[in-house]
Amino acid sequence: MSRASYEGVVIAAPVTIPYVRYSTKDAHWFLGRVLAALMKSAGIKKSRLDGLCVSSFTLFPDTAVGLTQHFGLSPRWLDHIPMGGACGVVALRRAARAVQAGDAEIVACIAGDTNHVDSFRQNLANFSRFARDAVYPFGAGGPNASFALLTSYYMNQCGIEAADFGKLCVAQRDNALMFPHALFKKPLTLDDYLNARPIADPLKLFDCVMPCAGAEGFLVMTEAEARRLDLSFARILGAIERHNAFPDDPIQLRGGWTLDCDDLYAQAGVGAADMDFVQVYDDYPVIEVMQLEDLGFCPKSEGVDFVRRNTFTVGGTLPLNTSGGQLSVGQAGAAGGYLGLTEAVRQLTGHTLGAKVEKARRGLVSGFGMVNYDRGLCSGAAILGAP
Amino acid sequence: MSAALLSELAGALAAGGVRVVDLSQTLSSRFPQIVLPPEFDQCAPFRVEEISRYDERGPGWYWNNLSFGEHTGTHFDAPVHWISGRDLPNNTTDTMPPASFIAPACVIDCSAESARDADFLLTAEHLRAWENRHGKVPAGAWVLMRSDWSKRSDPVAYQNFDETGQHTPGPDARAVRFLVEERDVLGFGTETIGTDAGQAAQFRPPYPCHTFMHGAGRYGLQCLANLDLLPPTGAVLIAAPLKILRGSGSPVRALALATD
Amino acid sequence: MTPALIKPKPRNPVSALRLPTLPPPARSRSALRLTAAAAEGRLELQHCADCGTVQYPSRSACVTCLSHRLEWRETNGAGELISGTVLHHSNELYYRERVPLRLGTVRLDAGPALLVHLQGDCAAAPSRVRVSAHLDKSGQAVLIALPAEDTANMADDPMLREMTSDPKFRKVLVTDGKPAVGQAVAMAMVEAGADIVWVGVAEPWKQAPGFDALTKLKQIEIVPLDVTDEKSVEELAGVIGGKVDILINTAEFHRTHTVVDRGTETARAEMEVNYLGLLRLAQAFGPAMRVRAAEGSAPATAWVNLLSIHALSALPSHGTFSATKAAAFALSQNLRAEMRHAGIRVVNVFPGPIDDEWNQLVPPPKLAPVALAEAIVAALRDGIEDVYPGDVAQDIVTRFRESAKVLERELWDQ
Repeated sequence: MSRASYEGVVIAAPVTIPYVRYSTKDAHWFLGRVLAALMKSAGIKKSRLDGLCVSSFTLFPDTAVGLTQHFGLSPRWLDHIPMGGACGVVALRRAARAVQAGDAEIVACIAGDTNHVDSFRQNLANFSRFARDAVYPFGAGGPNASFALLTSYYMNQCGIEAADFGKLCVAQRDNALMFPHALFKKPLTLDDYLNARPIADPLKLFDCVMPCAGAEGFLVMTEAEARRLDLSFARILGAIERHNAFPDDPIQLRGGWTLDCDDLYAQAGVGAADMDFVQVYDDYPVIEVMQLEDLGFCPKSEGVDFVRRNTFTVGGTLPLNTSGGQLSVGQAGAAGGYLGLTEAVRQLTGHTLGAKVEKARRGLVSGFGMVNYDRGLCSGAAILGAP
Repeated sequence: MSAALLSELAGALAAGGVRVVDLSQTLSSRFPQIVLPPEFDQCAPFRVEEISRYDERGPGWYWNNLSFGEHTGTHFDAPVHWISGRDLPNNTTDTMPPASFIAPACVIDCSAESARDADFLLTAEHLRAWENRHGKVPAGAWVLMRSDWSKRSDPVAYQNFDETGQHTPGPDARAVRFLVEERDVLGFGTETIGTDAGQAAQFRPPYPCHTFMHGAGRYGLQCLANLDLLPPTGAVLIAAPLKILRGSGSPVRALALATD
Repeated sequence: MTPALIKPKPRNPVSALRLPTLPPPARSRSALRLTAAAAEGRLELQHCADCGTVQYPSRSACVTCLSHRLEWRETNGAGELISGTVLHHSNELYYRERVPLRLGTVRLDAGPALLVHLQGDCAAAPSRVRVSAHLDKSGQAVLIALPAEDTANMADDPMLREMTSDPKFRKVLVTDGKPAVGQAVAMAMVEAGADIVWVGVAEPWKQAPGFDALTKLKQIEIVPLDVTDEKSVEELAGVIGGKVDILINTAEFHRTHTVVDRGTETARAEMEVNYLGLLRLAQAFGPAMRVRAAEGSAPATAWVNLLSIHALSALPSHGTFSATKAAAFALSQNLRAEMRHAGIRVVNVFPGPIDDEWNQLVPPPKLAPVALAEAIVAALRDGIEDVYPGDVAQDIVTRFRESAKVLERELWDQ
């Protein structure tokens, strides 16, 4: 059965609350600011919002429902999406269907987290039952060790080398130097990358994202509503999600995109080669290569050749993570799952904050999240188009 | 005993026939104090604060406030200082019999050995060899270990620490037991910062001089000076601690009377 | 190859003591079953009783068939190391002090993929390994992969040593060295490479066969210690309390006294040694051991209590003795809870009847003192927390777990 299209629903008003390494504010503060920025950007009062979708790791003990009272909202559609790096794509899918079905007219999708001096460590300790039982006690605080094991395995299997991963990181840093919200403002050379201090072999410092505080948001509504509000927007050409794909693989070499990628392109009526840019989830460069393979930019296990053949700066053969991505902007918790989406909308509407991909008509955004035990469980992707 | 004895002594002191040797280090903030591992509480160093010096704080007089630990400078260890002596009678500075503050001294010259080996240990064999030359150590005498350590004016050399701790000479366990059990001495004195060797924490038992001397109600003197000016036998040591209520020790002005 | 552990130098007395830190101790209730098995030296994983799936991490339903009939069964740790890493950074204090640190992914032959510590001699992936479960410093189970075949100094691996309490180069106090058990334990500690074995003696005028031979060993040092005398315990702690790395409490008072035999003197004497003795030792030696639990390469590590299998279920013919051992068991559980903050392992040893003069009328099999001593050494080396040495102890603990009530009835006539 073919998937129903997202015809008539658009994504608009991308906003970013600037990232900071550490903040004394709480997640509620960042989410409140992003909501206010959305209202200002759309020129509407919050009473006009009838849908709200929230993602945050540091909101405890609250969830989205607590925020309605906190912010004085009375939505008729509400969702809370605890899916980390996949939360942006998943939020977009759910909000778009709600708007299509008439359950809501204007949905605010927001994601954000704070980062106190010690909050990252504490969040890791309680990330999941499996992590608490079987990962955290081993010193592997956070996903570094899991991705080190995965990267090492992938390198052994596919012959990709550190310099190939470095090429992606260096290109993203070049992109980030033009992006005002990026926390990394110094150029990165391949030598810098290769000679950085080791974190978990083979991962070195610039393979790992830096946790920070910040927030992202966008609105989902009908195209007609966007035109009434005089908002520039992007169309949703296709979107997929998948969770816990290939549970019997002893170590993760592929994600759920593999299962749904054909559907995605069929729904959008385009192929990987038609993308003017791609925003992949980049908590570690190995995951970027995995996404490029699993989303059909190259055959499985041939990511190494693809990386070597292409260039990834904004002016390159495949502009990738044009804001700089999380590796150069910073990982503001759940907002990391939105970073690619807000950037994609800006590229497609021409309202870029940093470098612009010329004549961008279509872009792919991919999300990946929740290292529950030894692998990321959630995968998602969306293809957006200029109006 | 006739009164003439004391007047004869006074005469000899005045005429110089009996020398008074100062065995004390000068109490000052520059003199190093004992250092314990940092998890233990430490002995306060010697400090002087001026109260007035013929000025607006006191126009016609000069005086100071002092603060220091009981075991600062040239000082006396009472038996209660160590857990082995904690339940003995008359084991504190205020209850020790004053007669024991004046006693004959035997000086064991270990200066050559200590110069060669900072971890030199005085053994019972050394003590017997000394007795072969100078006679038996009498009961009730102080035994003073001369190492010339007091001549090390540089506090770094005086403390002599490295990563395994302090390296200073001292007695071994059998030497201490020999002096206590077979010679019934009054106490043991050293020029170093403890009556035990610098490495004595590793000995079996740890700190044998403290353990056995104080466990038998005997005393300790440390940070002595000028032991090289004393004869091997024949000197009389005067070392009286301050009469601190339940004190474990105190700085002393240690003096020796010696004839030439 | 793991380098052989070298005898640690004395600590630099002017540098600050490294204070004990712990690896993260939190576990789900379900995952504590891994700890329960590791405490006795076994690797147990969840097996689905319906479809046979072996799964890890522990779940509340079978990942294959959703059955709730999940059983913890001993599992073969053989498997393949499929990927490895060296961690150079950790957010946890405990691991910050211990990086670099090897971790790996092992696919067990039994099925699941495990994140494990890697003993240093494991070959790079892919390679064959054996996974075992050990208690870490926090007292909770972690998994560590060992090379498929034993290597020369395998036990000297720094991470494995975090999980064990090898007597090698350690200073040991055996609280009562006069009886055969105390002698055997002291001798076993010398043979296991202990640096010093202090042997407590309560009544020095009493002669004990074999004791003189023990005193001639250079590692042995006889010290006065009467656990019924608070002053004696405190004085010894004042002298060696800051040096004891392993304390083995062998002090025991045992008479054949039933509940209705007249008089309380025997019971009081048993309580003085078996219960209050442990309490006095804990108060005098516990605090210093806790402070020294991370000092150098062979820090303070373990406290062993000689209990009795009848601490679990009383033997009426030795009624008052059983009662004191039950009391000591409860005390020891509490001691374990208090020592865990420093990572000092409290090992409880539950022997059946020991072949000594106080079990003359107990029929065999009885546990030889030498076998008991060997079991204690093995427990320290393997990082085991609860030891049931010998056939009788194994028999009784199995029956106790099957039905405590049935065992109670059956012990009436023994």
